[in-house]
Amino acid sequence: MSSRYEQAKTRAAWLFLTPALVLLGVFFLLPVVGGILLSLTDFDLYAVADFDAARFVGLANYAQLLQDGSFWRALTNTLQFVVIGGPLSVLVSLGAAMLLDHKAARLRGVLRTVYFAPVVTTLVSVAIVWRYLYHPKYGLLNHLLGLVGIGPIDWLGDARFAMPAIILLAVWKNFGYNMLIFLAGLQTIPAERYEAAAIDGAGAWQRFRHVTVPGLAPTALFVGVTTMIGFFQLFAEPYVMTQGGPLGATRSLVLLMYEEGFRWWRMGVSSAVAVLLLVITLVFTLLQLRLRRSET
Amino acid sequence: MSRRWQAVAVNAALIAGALLTLMPLAWMTAASFMQPGEANTLPPPLLPAEPTLGNYVTLFTRLDMLRNFLNSAVVSVLATVLSVVVVSLAGYAFAKLPFPGHERLFRALASALVVPAQVGMLPLFLLLRELGLVNTYGGVLVPYLASIFGIFLVRQYALSVPDELLDAARVDGASELQVFRLVAVPIIKPILVTLAAFTFLSAWNDFMWPLIVLADSSLYTLPVALAGLAGEHVQDTELMMAGSLLTILPALAVFLVFQRSYVQGITAGGVKG
Repeated sequence: MSSRYEQAKTRAAWLFLTPALVLLGVFFLLPVVGGILLSLTDFDLYAVADFDAARFVGLANYAQLLQDGSFWRALTNTLQFVVIGGPLSVLVSLGAAMLLDHKAARLRGVLRTVYFAPVVTTLVSVAIVWRYLYHPKYGLLNHLLGLVGIGPIDWLGDARFAMPAIILLAVWKNFGYNMLIFLAGLQTIPAERYEAAAIDGAGAWQRFRHVTVPGLAPTALFVGVTTMIGFFQLFAEPYVMTQGGPLGATRSLVLLMYEEGFRWWRMGVSSAVAVLLLVITLVFTLLQLRLRRSET
Repeated sequence: MSRRWQAVAVNAALIAGALLTLMPLAWMTAASFMQPGEANTLPPPLLPAEPTLGNYVTLFTRLDMLRNFLNSAVVSVLATVLSVVVVSLAGYAFAKLPFPGHERLFRALASALVVPAQVGMLPLFLLLRELGLVNTYGGVLVPYLASIFGIFLVRQYALSVPDELLDAARVDGASELQVFRLVAVPIIKPILVTLAAFTFLSAWNDFMWPLIVLADSSLYTLPVALAGLAGEHVQDTELMMAGSLLTILPALAVFLVFQRSYVQGITAGGVKG
């Protein structure tokens, strides 16, 4: 095509991109940069009324957070959720995908839809449903456990069980999503590789170890990174089910950020929590990418 | 293990998994039709003894949840329509209108996917307050309008549109906007349906942002209203289950109708990843 068309194309490209770039710039990039700047100020309720009341305080908000027990508690709670809940949910996804992919599996389409259904449900709704399922006296879960002789557990009221209870809900809610990605990944592994391994005398475990695992490696990296980023953003479950309790056992970083910012209007501190969340997410993402790269 | 036993084991595991997965949703449905107080008896009933619609009547009369339902519908539909327009234009431009630096710009956008949306929420709230958009539908809508993931999705799909078709339309004198509307859109329609389903569901189900930006309960979307009620009506199990079902049902329905496109969107992102 001639340069007249090329010029028209470039002009059109910028025209087509402008709405998206303006929206992302004003309502995403600007706020993120704003959050970093805000975290260096003592922006609070008075500053909300009059922006001039805010002062630059350097890294004071960060220093304060790092000396604050409730910040460390929120950080360790969040890490517990990410480090236990994330891999657990990926494993359940992988198990479900492999069962559905098995030659002998029947009713694949229906079962796939059933397993996926929790993903599209509203998080607030299912958190409320599970809060009742976890009821120490009338909850279905304790009733079922009672049938096999396990005494009543105060799931959401006992600091030892509250985070595991939230992890269980999150695994149930999320596993269907990664299951679909694993299913698609499994279907890209050529059947001949399994046949060749079988001819070489490989058992089921060896076929899994030497054919399935390497075949799924790129998929698993994607799944690992996106799941981890998602799990770092834990908020609605503790907000609805425990309000961060008992004794702060389920207060996540995002819940802490919300409370500091929108309950106490300590926006400088709240922004510092948000920035630390960003930094931690980035570090974990890079670590995971580096780790996988050195494996291959 | 013989082949037959293997088949039995696999299918038994699949069915057990399906029952476990459905159990919370089935119990929610059953409890929503129970008489007030019935769910809090021992042993926990699995089915309503005398099914009633009373909880739903209460939702729509005393709690006025129709209003929240409509708020959710307006916000989600507007978000879907606007974002499909904005995002499809951008995704198409990245795929089919190469300009100097377009790859660098695209990579910069893709790396922003790592940034949690919560990082900017507080400043975004302050910004919208200055713009007078706090506590309005517009304020709720803003974050859904331009999704980087959506741009990525449309770009991947639009790459497969043949350049010859676009060029032929250009030679015939079509403007770039006409080329997009009349040639490209019909071809990339499947991914636009996917994008629409994704946007609708994420707007419908979202909680944190509407919780932050809406102050009047008359403007609350369903999840925000429900979370508020869950605090006041802790004892009203049956009523809360009716509210939860009312909130989930439209999302499930949209998913079931658009299942194929929705699933395609998920796997398109994942396997190439």
